[in-house]
Amino acid sequence: MTARDTVLGRIRAALADVPADEAVGDAPVPRDYRRSHAEADEVGLFAERVADYRARVVQATPERARATIAGLLAGSDVRTLVVPPGFPPELVPEGPWRRLEEPLEPGDLEAADTVLTTCRAGIAVTGTIVLDAGPGQGRRALTLLPDHHLCVVRAEQIVADVPDAVALLDPGRPLTFVSGPSATSDIELDRVEGVHGPRSLDVVIVREEPHV
Amino acid sequence: MSPDSGTNVVWLGSPGFPEAARTALGDPQLRRNLRKATATIRDKRLAVTGELDDWEQLREAGAATKRHTLRHLDRYLLRLEDSVTKAGGVVHWAADAAGANRIVTDLVRATGEAEVVKVKSMATQEIGLNEALEQAGIRAYETDLAELIVQLGDDRPSHILVPAIHRNRAEIREIFQREMGAWGRPAPDGLTDEPRALAEAARLHLRDKFLRAKVAVSGANFAIAETGTVGVVESEGNGRMCLTLPETLITVMGIEKVLPRWQDLEVFLQLLPRSSTGERMNPYTSTWRGVTPGDGPQAFHLVLLDNGRTATLADTVGRQALACIRCSACLNVCPVYERTGGHAYGSVYPGPIGAILTPQLVGVEHAATLPFASTLCGACYDACPVKINIPEVLTHLRAEVVEAKRAKRRVPGAEALAMKAATAVLASPRRLSVAQKAAALGGRLVSRKDVIGPLPGPLHAWTDARDTPAPPTESFRAWWQRTHPTGADS
Ligand code: SF4
Repeated sequence: MTARDTVLGRIRAALADVPADEAVGDAPVPRDYRRSHAEADEVGLFAERVADYRARVVQATPERARATIAGLLAGSDVRTLVVPPGFPPELVPEGPWRRLEEPLEPGDLEAADTVLTTCRAGIAVTGTIVLDAGPGQGRRALTLLPDHHLCVVRAEQIVADVPDAVALLDPGRPLTFVSGPSATSDIELDRVEGVHGPRSLDVVIVREEPHV
Repeated sequence: MSPDSGTNVVWLGSPGFPEAARTALGDPQLRRNLRKATATIRDKRLAVTGELDDWEQLREAGAATKRHTLRHLDRYLLRLEDSVTKAGGVVHWAADAAGANRIVTDLVRATGEAEVVKVKSMATQEIGLNEALEQAGIRAYETDLAELIVQLGDDRPSHILVPAIHRNRAEIREIFQREMGAWGRPAPDGLTDEPRALAEAARLHLRDKFLRAKVAVSGANFAIAETGTVGVVESEGNGRMCLTLPETLITVMGIEKVLPRWQDLEVFLQLLPRSSTGERMNPYTSTWRGVTPGDGPQAFHLVLLDNGRTATLADTVGRQALACIRCSACLNVCPVYERTGGHAYGSVYPGPIGAILTPQLVGVEHAATLPFASTLCGACYDACPVKINIPEVLTHLRAEVVEAKRAKRRVPGAEALAMKAATAVLASPRRLSVAQKAAALGGRLVSRKDVIGPLPGPLHAWTDARDTPAPPTESFRAWWQRTHPTGADS
């Protein structure tokens, strides 16, 4: 008998009390919780909640986006900049940094200062960015090894709350939900930002009429 | 031990709970560390759960999802196996710890590697995987900061979420300075005990291990039957490193972690972070399905672990313990845990959840004191995001402990009857307090080498066991009432 047969056999024996005709759909889950906990201004809420994690958040119009990104990069003293395939070329600013593109080795990524990406979605209530390795985001290692992640979020990508995000996302893609820079509370439950993932996170929200 | 019991869940040679608890209560540093840490996290949790006015509805949805999944566990596991396999993963089944360890060891050996990086995982601690790998000549590096502290300190975890909660910053600094060199990059010169500096030391120490590793071992917070998507919820990014950089990923997951639908995450991604770290969302959650060409590990193995879970499933009252999402909220609100810390529970699963899960995984006769490691105050039930009625299961297991002892010693019903009376006493805070004071007094009076003889009163038959250690001179409840004069626990 294989371990698989053993485990499945034990499960079936353990569930002898469950009526054989109880169908899988018989016990519907009550879903009377809210679809969203956000009030009207979802973009403003997103900005506020991302900033709560001690990430830097800036809003910019589409016209100003490139200059805003340039300002953040210059302010962070960036010398090497990873730009994933599919990142909108009109948003990549010129500057004193060397631009790195795929194919990249882990060593190259480890040595890079900053990665500049788009995202799949933003979640307002939790201040979360979701990456799905799509165009402009790159494979997962790109947003992991550089110490600084600058992420561009278009206002229309921001959904209100977790249920909307889950409905939108493709469970077949490798997903990373990012809420602020990496952090630990392992030492006396004091929160420290920055352990293994990027220690600083900048978010640029691109929006027609920014409320700044 | 019956053949379907879990192995390795309890630490060999651990004393019973009362004895271990007494040692812990005598350590003022430990109690200070614990008090500070649990109070901090309790406040954070209350703040973020209070933000959601439908928290109760979310808990209800979480509990119903888990209840339903467990009732059809075989079907959902088969569906998961199918989805993962179709996406290029390989699914393995393990009936017990030895089986799981053998599977993982063979998989690592097949890669030709002699080291693995690990993401914090309760399941692999439960089966003693690191020790099994070591015997096979494979070194396992823990990469979660707290797990690293525990591993370098040759210590045991004492909390589900923050396993080094019993250590303060000065102790951590000392462990890093003393041990890091033996495991790889030594601690930087002039390391201070600032949490920031300690986190930086861990970052540097682990960096080349991440870049070098070819094999990673992880646990899983959930796996979706319908889609084959597996997920890890974490904070530091060590999880992302392990899930992304190596060529081979081996995930060990308890069979109860399966969820039916992708949509179920809309509930659990709200319940878990808020209950666990007390944040609206934890810094990183990673999900993946099988193998993604060009991104991440190109070999993925999912090991589905029983190790006593099916025995737990067979108990219609105790079954609910399998709904646990390991958020650790019940630990942080427990007055007993806050006094004793996690080590006293003698198992990888401490606190209220440990008190009901451990005896069920290993069989009540092997963890007979744990169901009594509680005042039944009910704070754990209120805090639990999936509404596990921990006091109900505790009371149920207490009766089973007595039953098991009776069966073993062929004592006719007397002890079981007395235990019923004792359960009634323990279920009533006021009567418990009287009985415990009596027991403490009696215990001191008759204590000889920490072993107490038969006691008068309602606990008489219960304490009529040769190995019962003397209770601490002050019971938890007496201590609690003395230090919380407002009666805050009732
Ligand atoms: S029993 Fe409930 S509160 Fe305790 S760790 Fe499990 S899910 Fe969290």
